[in-house]
Amino acid sequence: MPSDDDLVFRALADPTRRHLLDRLYERDGRTLTELESELEMSRFGVMKHLRLLEEAGLVVTRREGRQKLHYLNPVPIRLIHDRWIDKYRERQVSTLADFKSELEDTA
Amino acid sequence: MTTMTEQATQVYAVFIRATPEQVWDGITKPEFTMKYFHGTRIESTFEPGTPYLSLAADGDQQLVDGEVLESDPPRTLKHTWRALYDPETAAEPFSQVTWEIEPQEGGVTKLTVTHDRLEAAPKTAESVAGGWEYVLSGLKTLLETGKPLSNQGM
Repeated sequence: MPSDDDLVFRALADPTRRHLLDRLYERDGRTLTELESELEMSRFGVMKHLRLLEEAGLVVTRREGRQKLHYLNPVPIRLIHDRWIDKYRERQVSTLADFKSELEDTA
Repeated sequence: MTTMTEQATQVYAVFIRATPEQVWDGITKPEFTMKYFHGTRIESTFEPGTPYLSLAADGDQQLVDGEVLESDPPRTLKHTWRALYDPETAAEPFSQVTWEIEPQEGGVTKLTVTHDRLEAAPKTAESVAGGWEYVLSGLKTLLETGKPLSNQGM
């Protein structure tokens, strides 16, 4: 079974799915029909991409009356950020800080 | 997320390797909320009609005002929300927060937070966007590792 991170990275590794996330970032709570109208793709294709985004937790759906609305869920991206970006950035910052103090020491 | 259009309904979800009871404790007990919820203590009996308050950990300053609307441990908690930490959000009407806890396969629990009725509270909508993801990722880390996020506890 793939881990949560695997599902998120796989979901993000596709330009159409990233485009869908950007559309939801601009305006949340949209129907399949609305999202489909902005893409040159069949309804079935958009549904398939939305399902993968939902499985990765990047999109959450809510029923409102007869409509199914899609919401962007930024939590998995935050978790990737905490796990994969923050950690390496801290290291980079401390390397730069070491470099600075080294330069200042020799000056 | 200041560039995002302020949404009147915001939905956030996280999968946590914990039981629904542990997730319920995580959102209702002050000893937990202090470790991931911007360092705040939740104060409530979680009975419908009673207050839901959030207080600064290091004092009695009240940061959030609300009332419990629905409480079904360990499944659902619904309460109103008015942020007092900023005069602009404090002047806005109450919005609503719903916590839904659903067990999944493999010892995982899905927690969904819906913050809605924000139509008349644009400053609050702006203020909480970006905040909830931080709170939920902190709760996940705390329940799964027993430790707060390294950059938490402000």
